[in-house]
Amino acid sequence: MSTNTQTRLALSQHLKHLEAESIAIIREVAAEFRNPVMLYSIGKDSGVMLHLALKAFYPSKPPFPLLHIDTGWKFRDMLRHRDSIAARHGLKLLVHTNAEGVARGINPITSGSQLHTQVMKTEALKQALDKWEFDAAFGGARRDEEKSRAKERVFSFRSAGHVWDPRNQRPELWSLYNTKINKGETIRVFPLSNWTELDIWQYTRAQQIPVVPLYFAAPRPVIERDGLLIMRDDDRMPLAPEELEQVRMVRFRSLGCYPLSAAIESEAATLDEIIEEMLISRTSERSGRLIDSDEAASMEKKKREGYF
Amino acid sequence: MTAYAHDQVTVSPGGRGGPTKGLLRFLTCGSVDDGKSTLIGRLLYDTKLILEDQLAALERDSRKHGTTGDDIDFALLVDGLEAEREQGITIDVAYRFFSTPRRAFIVADTPGHEQYTRNMATGASNSHAAVILIDARKGVLTQTRRHSYICSLLGIRHVVLAVNKIDLVDFSGERFHHIVGDYLGFAQALSFSSITPIPVSARYGDNVTARSARTGWYEGPTIIEHLEGLDATEGLDGKPFRFPVQWVNRPNLDFRGFCGTVASGVVRPGDPVIVAASGRDTHVARIVTADGDLPEARAGDAVTLTLSDEVDVARGDMLAQPQARPEVVDQFAAQVLWMIEEPMLPGRSYLMRIGTQYVPARVTSLKHKTDVNTLEHIAARTLGLNEIGLCNLATATPVAFDPYSENRETGAFVLIDRFTNATAGAGMIAFGLRRATNIHRQALLVDKAARTRLNGHRPAILWFTGLSGSGKSTIANIVERELHAQGTHTYMLDGDNVRHGLNRDLGFTDADRVENIRRVGEVARLFVDAGAIVLCSFISPFRAERRMVRELVEEGEFIEIHVDTPLEICKQRDPKGLYARALAGKIKNFTGIDSPYEAPEHAEVVVDTNQGSAEDAAQRILAALRERQVIS
Ligand SMILES: Nc1nc2c(ncn2[C@@H]2O[C@H](COP(=O)(O)OP(=O)(O)OP(=O)(O)O)[C@@H](O)[C@H]2O)c(=O)[nH]1
Ligand SMILES: [Mg+2]
Repeated sequence: MSTNTQTRLALSQHLKHLEAESIAIIREVAAEFRNPVMLYSIGKDSGVMLHLALKAFYPSKPPFPLLHIDTGWKFRDMLRHRDSIAARHGLKLLVHTNAEGVARGINPITSGSQLHTQVMKTEALKQALDKWEFDAAFGGARRDEEKSRAKERVFSFRSAGHVWDPRNQRPELWSLYNTKINKGETIRVFPLSNWTELDIWQYTRAQQIPVVPLYFAAPRPVIERDGLLIMRDDDRMPLAPEELEQVRMVRFRSLGCYPLSAAIESEAATLDEIIEEMLISRTSERSGRLIDSDEAASMEKKKREGYF
Repeated sequence: MTAYAHDQVTVSPGGRGGPTKGLLRFLTCGSVDDGKSTLIGRLLYDTKLILEDQLAALERDSRKHGTTGDDIDFALLVDGLEAEREQGITIDVAYRFFSTPRRAFIVADTPGHEQYTRNMATGASNSHAAVILIDARKGVLTQTRRHSYICSLLGIRHVVLAVNKIDLVDFSGERFHHIVGDYLGFAQALSFSSITPIPVSARYGDNVTARSARTGWYEGPTIIEHLEGLDATEGLDGKPFRFPVQWVNRPNLDFRGFCGTVASGVVRPGDPVIVAASGRDTHVARIVTADGDLPEARAGDAVTLTLSDEVDVARGDMLAQPQARPEVVDQFAAQVLWMIEEPMLPGRSYLMRIGTQYVPARVTSLKHKTDVNTLEHIAARTLGLNEIGLCNLATATPVAFDPYSENRETGAFVLIDRFTNATAGAGMIAFGLRRATNIHRQALLVDKAARTRLNGHRPAILWFTGLSGSGKSTIANIVERELHAQGTHTYMLDGDNVRHGLNRDLGFTDADRVENIRRVGEVARLFVDAGAIVLCSFISPFRAERRMVRELVEEGEFIEIHVDTPLEICKQRDPKGLYARALAGKIKNFTGIDSPYEAPEHAEVVVDTNQGSAEDAAQRILAALRERQVIS
């Protein structure tokens, strides 16, 4: 899927260290939990996480399925990428959509990003975890993404009902993770906790991990709304009276539901160019996400409710 | 393969470019409000890691929550939880990353409040160095000492003493030297190998990343300069090979790989290794990874080893170098930091996580606890939240380890509460107490099985638990009479009687109650070994202790009988007048009145004397014994 034809490169000491730490975390989950699952959100972080899982269990396959929470509003390119990756590695892929939310007509455009996220992502995730009775779920979140993430454990305990209590987290000393839970409780596991966005790209580059083409700059039709560039991936998103679609050279730093993911103008069409661009960028990757600017401390609130 | 240009990328703002020295993990610690979070915020800001949208958010936040008037409050960059921002304090550890052209850093910002000491210890456990802050106006405080002691205990050898808020003491060199003198006096007793005092103002940036003109009398490095140059490697590569087996990889019958992370040392194909616990020896055949087999693996590498023989190895085992073996014992001494509200009780069973293994463990004795102010040893019976003490521990099976001072990877453990699963304690092993005897235990000629054949019935513990006055002893007496009549070997251990002899020295505090049950459990186990059915009537209010006794004997030999008489009825009966006295405040720690009773969750038998006579209850118990084929 990647437009890259570059060769695989040796890893720096730093990336080797991160890789080993993540592999150990992933193996720990396989060894201790009855029914783990890996959240696969199709983005660059998920790509790295899956790659690490493939490495962790080689020559076996990862002993857990992938789970995608589909809000129904993902870029079409993302879904193609998802299916091709699962097929390529022969992995079991579970897809869950909150049918209730669909029936209620919840969508990111008229319901607002907050309600949409709450129902189609957070609630949907909880439904899926309950439905398949998963006791541990991997997520690709990183501590450098956001302030409340920087506070979260690698093995993050959730009480029954998937609640995170940030003020009462289990101390996590050395790499002696406490994996013990009672019935109904679960653990969210973050193997990429100590990675930065730059690490992710450098690793993706070095290991030639395929990513969704939307990360690379290309001429794409976008509209400008509230100062953000939005790509209409299909015609469910109505144009406002004076809005015009125009083709610009853009790419995405972070992928989610297309009406909520803003593109940036960029010429970076290869992994090397993305890395170069990152090194001089002055804004964070989350700045293009509409859902985070909704309210102060919104991430912590969402996480307490069960969001990843 | 071409070498990747990671090391040559020019570092520009926001990047973690080409560190020339290895990653440094450090923490900031010290007393409340000394400026730890501000310092980290300042480091992130000065190393250009704060991006435009984040800066805009910070300015908004500073107006809303800031403690600095119109200025930017850098602490808000790190204090990421709502509660922290509202109260202006740090509650939990935050991990942040930043880098300079010379080095990449992971920094743990830890809370100063005593209440959250465990979160400070969490940050220290993974750090190579500590920046200990002191408010120049306040000098060395209790919390400064506590954090210094914990850092030292957790194996941190390099300390930066940041005398902060130097702007608020007019950049006084005299004040600085006074504080440094105080601190060094205290820290002499700790095991730091370097202490570097630096005068700083986290808020205004003096001597953080740039030298300050306002501290002309100071000629040393800035915080960043010092940390960039610090050699804090633990030299794990140079230590004996240790490999805790994490997962056994069996994709097919021809491949059996042992996955794990090399804790210390180096390993190559052909190297001899032993399985620490069994002493079985073999050789490493291959070092397997998804990128192909490796010629060697070093400390920190996550690999899969195959062995040249079919030896018995499972998760929790440790592979080690035969010439330099780890200790394998079931009793050892360790420093323990307690991290939950409920005190640590000697005798109670906890789950110990050590290496890749979980094993039941008890604190057999608390030698002393340490006063963090004076570092004096104080006699104690329990450890409370945030207290630190030297304990002897016993594990259910022998474990392999190295003393923590020799190897941080293989000498640490955590204790887990067996009911809530809370992480209750953190331990650092000091030394083994005796070689595990159970590996080569003398085989006895007459054993339990032989006695059981002779007796014609199986041994068991009938454990009667329930409130005072619930009818435990009455029912137990009837059961024993019936068993005896059938020719069964029995013995009765009764709470009141035992307390007159064996346990005469114990009172009714939680710690004594635990010890009381532990001793009774051990005695009961001997009777079971002798082939008898032993009846025990004890209030035994805590689940943990009943479970401890259950685990002393084999599966099926412990039969828990809950004499479930409601408290109200017990109070009315009050055969010994005890409830009346407890309610009048004349007896302390009385179960059901001012001390809790934790009802069994999975008792083998539950009887309610309110619903029938004691005789009926006894008959139900006998039926249960027949059903379980203890008696015929
Ligand atoms: N004048 C001055 N004020 C400072 C300096 N460093 C920190 N402060 C102020 O001291 C207050 C406390 O700072 P924090 O960084 O929150 O302290 P902390 O040590 O992280 O506190 P806890 O994490 O709650 O223990 C804030 O109002 C800071 O602005 C300094 O160098 N000079
Ligand atoms: Mg703080």
